[in-house]
Amino acid sequence: MKKLIVLLTLLMPMTVFAAGGGAHLDKANYDLTDKASLQNGAKLYMNYCLGCHQMQYQRYQRAFDDLGIPIALGQENLQFTGEKPGDHIKNAMPAESAASWFGAPPPDLTLVARVRGADWIYTYLRSFYADDSRPFGVNNLVFPEVGMPHVLQELQGVPRKTSEKQMVDGEMVDRYVGIKSDGTGYMTAGEYDEAVLDLVNYLVYTGEPTRLESENIGRYVMLFLLLLLVLVYLLKKEYWRDVH
Amino acid sequence: MWKNLMDWIEYRLPIMRVANMHAIQYPAPRNMNFWYMFGFLATIVLVNQIVTGIWLTMSYNPTAEGAFASVEYIMRDVDYGWILRYMHSTGASAFFIVVYLHMFRGMIYGSYQKPRELLWLFGMFIYLALMAEAFMGYVLPWGQMSYWGAQVIVSLFSAIPVIGPDLVIWIQGDYVISGATLNRFFALHVIALPLVIVILVFLHIVALHEVGSNNPDGTDVKRKKGSLTEEEKTKFVIHEYYTSKYDIIDDIVPFFPHIVLKDLVGFAFFLLAFCYVMFFNPGMGGYFLEHPNFEIANNLKTPEHIFPVWYFTPFYAILKAVPDKLGGVIAMFAAIIALALLPWIDRGKVKSWRYRCGLHRWNLIVFAIVFIFLGYLGGTPQENWKITASQILTIMYFGFFGLLFIYSKNEKCKPVPARITE
Repeated sequence: MKKLIVLLTLLMPMTVFAAGGGAHLDKANYDLTDKASLQNGAKLYMNYCLGCHQMQYQRYQRAFDDLGIPIALGQENLQFTGEKPGDHIKNAMPAESAASWFGAPPPDLTLVARVRGADWIYTYLRSFYADDSRPFGVNNLVFPEVGMPHVLQELQGVPRKTSEKQMVDGEMVDRYVGIKSDGTGYMTAGEYDEAVLDLVNYLVYTGEPTRLESENIGRYVMLFLLLLLVLVYLLKKEYWRDVH
Repeated sequence: MWKNLMDWIEYRLPIMRVANMHAIQYPAPRNMNFWYMFGFLATIVLVNQIVTGIWLTMSYNPTAEGAFASVEYIMRDVDYGWILRYMHSTGASAFFIVVYLHMFRGMIYGSYQKPRELLWLFGMFIYLALMAEAFMGYVLPWGQMSYWGAQVIVSLFSAIPVIGPDLVIWIQGDYVISGATLNRFFALHVIALPLVIVILVFLHIVALHEVGSNNPDGTDVKRKKGSLTEEEKTKFVIHEYYTSKYDIIDDIVPFFPHIVLKDLVGFAFFLLAFCYVMFFNPGMGGYFLEHPNFEIANNLKTPEHIFPVWYFTPFYAILKAVPDKLGGVIAMFAAIIALALLPWIDRGKVKSWRYRCGLHRWNLIVFAIVFIFLGYLGGTPQENWKITASQILTIMYFGFFGLLFIYSKNEKCKPVPARITE
């Protein structure tokens, strides 16, 4: 009986792994210390995303400060409608109209990296493909039937699903191999991936602007605690020497 | 001058007397091992929760419109607000980790047995109050999991016959979970329940000091007055509150500095783990802060999966294991009540598992494993095999108590040493 229980408990994690799965996500190797990448991400966000997606919890000035952008430069290049540097990053889209245009109001993206994860966003933005059956002419592999148009299409070009003929069980079928741009965008495939990574980097930053500061303080705290541990341990040993 | 002042105060308020009695000259068995630090750690975490909670309250806005934004305001605009918030959120999970270990310590060394039944009961009440406190606290950020978690838990009350549906409305203060619910949960979270918890902790400690600490051997260090020779008595200075009633054997150390220093070593270890999580991984991969909770509550959009936070998931699995809603609720509460009744379910006379039968050891180990796996099942997406698994594990959970009740009556135990070993 006991052996059976132990066996059961040991086997359980294996079946768990066997049951795992879901859409494959590409790894986003973002780098929060890369200021140039973050600045480019912010630029892309303000130009392509902000029209629909607010960042209502993030202030411009905080982003300027953290990303190393001089305020005057930031105001000139990243603030388009005369906001003050201390303002939150908002747009003028009325939520009700937005809901009727897209089916659902475009969500706030301040914390999207904490909700979805960096890998998801990175894969999602690279998984649009042309699909004439959809209202905006595009669909998405990670988020099927998504209500959002492919806003970065001018950068990527028109992405098409590519497939190859393959013999399966004696029949020729189309096997999906990937998404390929038709080459009409400003960027090459490699440049586009880089740009999306910069954007993801910026979104990870806004999800938790204190991440780097936290790790920086954390390192000193850990060092202090290690020292404290040694001292407290020696003190304890001294007092307990005569007990046993 | 200083001494005069202290004497003046002491004459009117027994500060030193109480400190000596309960924090300095309290006799503690010298063989208390690492399992005995979790009570101390729980107290520390409680203080952390209260202090950081006070500061969070200063910037938090308990309304459906403003709650989510005010949490982000704390995270971004309040100076070091993010540290306060992460201390509080990490503290919540840390609280349950240390409390679960503290309870398991009580189980393996039989600390709930006579004469510590009331001490154990106070502990169980603390645990219940803590669960209510944690649940309501989790609603406050007003994220998706706050909202839908509250929805699931509050709706459990609707399973109660006759009064159920009205009771739910009474609890919610509205026909649905709304700002009214949030506002009252805030009041309960910051005033009512902390007050209850602090009072219960006080009673828990008073009850502990009245009967004395147990130890890994389960050997009593307090002997009948006059039964020990001077040679056998402890040489440490122990408060006369204890020495006037008992002879204290030479197997104890005073609480200060010996136990305090030992606890501080554990505290340093604990802080290393705590601060690592807090500074480097405060979300703990979605276990301490669930991912969907970074999205504002939306009553029109149900999350794909709704889970309580990890510390509730074992009981959530038991709830889901029973096909009937009322039955599930009853099973869930029975799981907690069974723990509370442990002093009467266990009919054994020997406390520590060191000197009890092999079956008892196995029973405890399997119980711990079952509890962990129930937690796993309650915290991951529902699948068919998991329903069966959680049903088997639920039976095993209650089986622990059933078995214990049976074999503890005429259990073959090893002789308990007269003096503390090691």
